[in-house]
Amino acid sequence: MLTASSTPVEQLAMAPSIARGSGAVALVVRTAGLAIAALLVLVLLLWVTGHDARAALSALWRGAFGSWYAITSATLVRAVPLALAGLAVALAFRAGILNVGAEGQLLMGAATGAALASLMGTAPAPIVMVGMLVVGAVAGGAWAAIAAFLRLRFGVLEVISTIMLNFLAQYLVGWLVRGPLQEPTRVNPQSASLPDALHLPLLLGGTRLHVGVLLAILLSVGVWWWLRETAGGFRLRAVGLNAAAAASAGRIRVGRTVLLAFVASGALAGLAGVVEFTGVTYALYDNFSPGYGFTAIAVALLARLHPLGVLATALLFGALEAGANAMQRDAGVPNVVVSVVEATLILLVVAAERWQSRSVAHAESAE
Amino acid sequence: MTDDAAGDVVLSLEGVTRRFGSVVALDHASLRVRRGTVHAVLGENGAGKTTLMRVAFGLLQPDAGTIRFQGAVRTIASPAVALSLGVGMVHQHFTLVPAMTVAENVALGGRGRFDPRAAAARVRDVATRAGLALDPDAMVGALPVGAQQRCEIVKALARDVSLLILDEPTAVLAPTEATELLRWIRAHADAGHAVVLITHKLRDAIAIADDVTVLRRGRSVFTGRARDTDEAELADAMLGREETATNAPRVRREQPARDSAKAGGDDCIDAVRTTPVTTPRRDAAQPAAREGAPVLEATRIHVRDARGVERVRGASMHVHAGEIVGIAAIEGEGQHELLRVLAGRADPVSGTLTRPATVGFVPEDRHGEALLLDATLLENVALRDAGARRGRMPWSALRALTTEIVRDYTVRNGSAELMVRALSGGNQQKLVLGRELRDAPAALVVENPSRGLDFRATTAVRHALRAARDDGAAVVLYSSDLDELLLLADRVYAMHNGVLTETARDRELVGRAMLSA
Amino acid sequence: MTPGLESASGFLEASVRTATPLAFAALGECISERAGVINIGLEGSIICGALGATVAAGVAGAGAGFLAGAMAGMLIALIFAFFTVWIRADQIITGTAITLLSLGLTGTLYRTLYGSVGVALSIPTVGVVPLPGLAQLPLVGDAFFAQPLVTYALYLLIPLCAWWLMRTQAGLALRAVGEQPSSAIAAGVRPRRVQLAAVLFAGAMAGLAGATLVLAQAGTFVEGMSAGRGFIAIAIVVLGRWKPLGVAAAAMLFGGANSLQTLFQAMGWQNIPYQLFLAVPYLLTLLVLAGASGRVAAPAALGRRELGGS
Repeated sequence: MLTASSTPVEQLAMAPSIARGSGAVALVVRTAGLAIAALLVLVLLLWVTGHDARAALSALWRGAFGSWYAITSATLVRAVPLALAGLAVALAFRAGILNVGAEGQLLMGAATGAALASLMGTAPAPIVMVGMLVVGAVAGGAWAAIAAFLRLRFGVLEVISTIMLNFLAQYLVGWLVRGPLQEPTRVNPQSASLPDALHLPLLLGGTRLHVGVLLAILLSVGVWWWLRETAGGFRLRAVGLNAAAAASAGRIRVGRTVLLAFVASGALAGLAGVVEFTGVTYALYDNFSPGYGFTAIAVALLARLHPLGVLATALLFGALEAGANAMQRDAGVPNVVVSVVEATLILLVVAAERWQSRSVAHAESAE
Repeated sequence: MTDDAAGDVVLSLEGVTRRFGSVVALDHASLRVRRGTVHAVLGENGAGKTTLMRVAFGLLQPDAGTIRFQGAVRTIASPAVALSLGVGMVHQHFTLVPAMTVAENVALGGRGRFDPRAAAARVRDVATRAGLALDPDAMVGALPVGAQQRCEIVKALARDVSLLILDEPTAVLAPTEATELLRWIRAHADAGHAVVLITHKLRDAIAIADDVTVLRRGRSVFTGRARDTDEAELADAMLGREETATNAPRVRREQPARDSAKAGGDDCIDAVRTTPVTTPRRDAAQPAAREGAPVLEATRIHVRDARGVERVRGASMHVHAGEIVGIAAIEGEGQHELLRVLAGRADPVSGTLTRPATVGFVPEDRHGEALLLDATLLENVALRDAGARRGRMPWSALRALTTEIVRDYTVRNGSAELMVRALSGGNQQKLVLGRELRDAPAALVVENPSRGLDFRATTAVRHALRAARDDGAAVVLYSSDLDELLLLADRVYAMHNGVLTETARDRELVGRAMLSA
Repeated sequence: MTPGLESASGFLEASVRTATPLAFAALGECISERAGVINIGLEGSIICGALGATVAAGVAGAGAGFLAGAMAGMLIALIFAFFTVWIRADQIITGTAITLLSLGLTGTLYRTLYGSVGVALSIPTVGVVPLPGLAQLPLVGDAFFAQPLVTYALYLLIPLCAWWLMRTQAGLALRAVGEQPSSAIAAGVRPRRVQLAAVLFAGAMAGLAGATLVLAQAGTFVEGMSAGRGFIAIAIVVLGRWKPLGVAAAAMLFGGANSLQTLFQAMGWQNIPYQLFLAVPYLLTLLVLAGASGRVAAPAALGRRELGGS
């Protein structure tokens, strides 16, 4: 009985660890499979709606990666808010917080940045610039803190509270751009456009690529390192995996960790908003965000909540959306078709994960 | 009583086999239940009692075997089928909806209109006829446990069942309630119904049952009339002779715990080479060291649960280094809260408490409270005291530590990067024990440490606890299995209604103290 | 009628009109949530219902439009149910994907069917049918009883749902599934079936909401015309404390807030920032949520993936 042979139960329990596929090969195969499936859905949809799939796909490619300008000024510029907001969602989800409020937090970040710009119009530009980024992040964090407080104090499901907060932020922006922050002529419902000195510096001449892309990369790496290497990051992950065990076995203060994660998530989303404001739109208006906060959920999930993966999926989604515009322009295919591709990707990921955990659960029932 | 008559058989299970993966939970088990009788199904935890009855109730499908109901072969595909045949079951864990009224709970599962007034009348009618007191309009979540159980029984009776299966019905009840329930079961059978009583309490079985079936490792090892047997025979059947000899001291054959540890140590503890034993194992006759101040000491502490209900009411106890102190209690007497306070996972509302800075804690619910199933072994080891850690995680040191734990506690197939979910229950428990014992804590609190484990893992876990004790830890042990408790503990406190009483290590005395203050 | 009464009646009428699609969607969501499923993909069912109604009404008239709307909403809900009810995927994530899918799908199909610039689409709409007698009541007559038939269907559906939920065995089973699925299983209820039915019902209701938007209000399809109503419906369910009658009242409140703009214009109050009033119901919902703690109102198993366990 002292031999190395394991009991039947244990042999059975080994199976999922293999199925889990820690190897890079499995990950690549899986990702390639997803990409091919999504592409098939796209082609099918194009075919059903009577479009020339070849022309459409070639326009998609040109719009996303076909030229230096397409890469830098379309794909990468679009990827920045998706990466920052995606990072926000990933961080919250890792802590077990279903923050579907990135949209609202993003809007609050942009709105606060716009407010600061209009209040501090005379201050030195670098100070205002940095100030906008800081208050944007703080505002996003504070907006998220409301939902965190409601959850911790009253047990309110954050899914519901963040949906409410999204609406509140949207109406708040609606009021701001018609009220206190409206442009001087008081004709259009939007804020005064940001003076050139306050624009985020461009990274490359002749393109629209701003330094926000560096910020996104830096923060992704930073969050990745923090989650992996620090005690705080480990606590966040532990709480997300099993809050009761984190509290009991780890003596972790769960409430504090949830608050921290929620606020950090909100701050990242707020930053996404203010970066978009100072780097791309230069003004605040009603539909400031074309649903970045929601697409961010797809970005985060597709990256399997991995901070570095978020960079890759944000790039993919940025490319898809840049390409979709070209597809609409050059091949007459509605650009919203990419939403279908994005949704298909999420659903495939969700299904794959369920099937995987099912096989694990099946093995477990042997106990 | 009708036990002399041949009696027509209501339910018969023949050669029922059920596997979970490659584990055989039922191995050609058989059972014949006669009308108008109470049939006790006895067995240790994990012997297959509940599995067998889940097969009879349609919650599980057998891999082989025949089920006859009133003589006809039946396939019981679901509980709905079982109920339509007249088989009702009251589960050990209640299957009530707390946010609904008694009447709604009883009516659940029917068809057509739902008339609250008619449903309430039906409950009143069934309860009165069965002699059970129950308010049909009460919200179930607000009822005490005993009333919830009456609700469960009425729920089954309202379906006009001719066979009622009760799974460990007295486990959650106060002693007076338990006595009352047993008396009711007897009367119910005498009225011509059949009752299957799943229990591990020999005395209950002998006292009220007509027939007894004993299951061990999925097999029916004993079938007979209750009046023709005695506790000793049933105990032997439950445990099997060889195990009685090597492992557990049983009823009327008590042995000191150390002896059995030694006796069992050589031939069945293959699984554990625990932490290097630095102190030689003490002689069996020598009492545990009691010098110096106790490591853990509680004086008249009061503890409230999450809902603010006072569960521990002025409990006092002390634990010295190098002893295992057992807490004996039936379900829900406040031990859950007491253990968490002793482990430093909760605080008392009043009273004085001495406890070391870190206490190892092995909770009953491994998956819920002790482990991150979807994290690696390494991360689970790192979890200990993660709340107090600052700065960076010392991953390489933790990796070495994980490898050591895997080796010293023989966590089979374990490796630092493996997901804990991939381990079997026994190996998960060994990992938890290894983690909690690794830095030789001054105190260790353990709750039902062998629940759900197979024989070998159970042996390993028990051995690890003794080794911790021998290395000088102050160990507090709660086990719902009184025999395990008496086997391991040096001293015993019985807990009843939130109060502790130190009791001699005697099964009778402890049993009595558990049931009344 | 005095001008004040007239604008009050107009305001009420607009409130009811705005509240109708909201109430349809929220009523469905209420049933779905009582069965333990929170469907954030409701937005998708609404927009698909709207497009389905547009297409069918253009071909076969308004009646066919409503039917097609309900079917389209149900079809989307079926996808949602496959993931959440059948393979037990996360409800929030699936719902998000379903919304995204529907917005993309309807946009693509609409532009393909009717041209990318959006031809000024004109389809048959349903007219107002004043109820004899009731419509003559002062103040509330016009507001409540001079509405399209579909609104009257809603009037019937609300108490019907309330009755069904509390007074039928099926309703009892559904509530049990939303509270404690393991107990429901033990009583012979099949949670997956119950949840599937609830989700499909919610999809049909949301589809009707979309059809109402097109056929009784806008008279045309606009991309993204669901405009967050699926999410508003979730707020309404919360504010209505998961009860059909409460949901109806909450829908009126949201409808009212959305109609204040009309009232303000009628009264000549141009300077009041109506966006802030639009926000009031959401603020109220948050307050209700905070206040509801302790007296738990949400179904205990809401959003939970597992059916077993406690």
